Amino acid sequence: MSKLKPQKEYEKTSAFRFFRWLSGTKDPYVGEVEMHAQEENLLPEETIIERMREAQMRRDKVYDDELNKPAHLFHKGYVIMAVIFCMALVAVLLITVSYLPPSGNAANPVNNVVSKRYIESGLQETGALNTVAGMILTYRAFDTFGETNVLFIATCCVMILLMVDDAILKKQVLLNDRRFEPKNDAILQGTAFILCPIIFIFGIYIILNGHLSPGGGFSGGAIMGSGLILYVSAFGFKKTQRFFDEHIYKIAKITALCMYGLIGTYFYMTGANGIENHIPLGIPGHILSGGIILPIDICVGLEVACTMYAFYALFRRGGL
Amino acid sequence: MTAFQCILMGFLIVCAVSVSFSKNLLNSILIYMSYSLIMSILWVCLESPDLAITEAAVGAGVTSILFFATLKKIHAIRIEKDKQSEEGTQSE
Repeated sequence: MSKLKPQKEYEKTSAFRFFRWLSGTKDPYVGEVEMHAQEENLLPEETIIERMREAQMRRDKVYDDELNKPAHLFHKGYVIMAVIFCMALVAVLLITVSYLPPSGNAANPVNNVVSKRYIESGLQETGALNTVAGMILTYRAFDTFGETNVLFIATCCVMILLMVDDAILKKQVLLNDRRFEPKNDAILQGTAFILCPIIFIFGIYIILNGHLSPGGGFSGGAIMGSGLILYVSAFGFKKTQRFFDEHIYKIAKITALCMYGLIGTYFYMTGANGIENHIPLGIPGHILSGGIILPIDICVGLEVACTMYAFYALFRRGGL
Repeated sequence: MTAFQCILMGFLIVCAVSVSFSKNLLNSILIYMSYSLIMSILWVCLESPDLAITEAAVGAGVTSILFFATLKKIHAIRIEKDKQSEEGTQSE
């Protein structure tokens, strides 16, 4: 609006048009240009197939090895070089293996003080019948702590990459690829109904007997994780969330890692400074024996079971 | 015992070679699964049962299930695709 000129005269000026264009009150095309709705460009299916075939034929002609001499030679050379390279790798590895000393030789570098100490005084010092468990969870508990941390960080990274917000998840349920899966499959559910408790009990048995028999935290945790995966694939995420949702997952995982850290720190501190620690070794062969092995086994087992289940759930659904 | 182990080793080599030569991704995962199973039997023969338990649970169980989930995510399993298109035409 102008205060100097009357409205009719002002409408003829270019300033009025400029400001009208700027505010967008008038579309410059409406009323000026002839317009009608576009028709959808529908090609009959035959022509589409024809075109695809033509394109394929052209591609075949371009990439035909017999017409393209350098590409033909390159392709042949590539295959030959790949075979030669594989053979060379196999030969190098086999020659290296042939230089290794025979196993059981007394002069082998493996036969040193460390393994002698592990085998001879492992039972008295760790209280574990299973020497391997005594080795990895008492003498080398720090290594295992690092591995447990690796598992924790790996799940954190997968969560950062694949976790989807809860509100979006609920919207996506209908669009998901799980819509085409057989729901309430009778055979799968019947099998899972019988097998899941057995798998869980077997996993718990392996974890609790880690210091007496083969197994331990990692194996038992992996078995429990696969049992959880079987339960989820048979009964769905809704039923699993009644006993294992994100809240319980976080509590279990962080508690296990912190417990391991605390027990380990106490053990190293007392051991390094020559102080007597108050963890009883127990009688070898009993279930409550082995010093720090049993609690650490439980921690590692929880951590591994949570990790396995979380990987599957995050890959499958984008949330726990 | 050694003859049994040699047969298992032969199976291992056959599996390892055929994984790389199979065109279908689903088939190669199944072959990889059987590779892990044979490996776990070999671990038992080599008197390390704790490794065998871990190999059977992780190698043959969890890893291949994760592979299956990934294949499904990228729509590489063809049977599922056909079913989808069939259902789509029926609903239309």
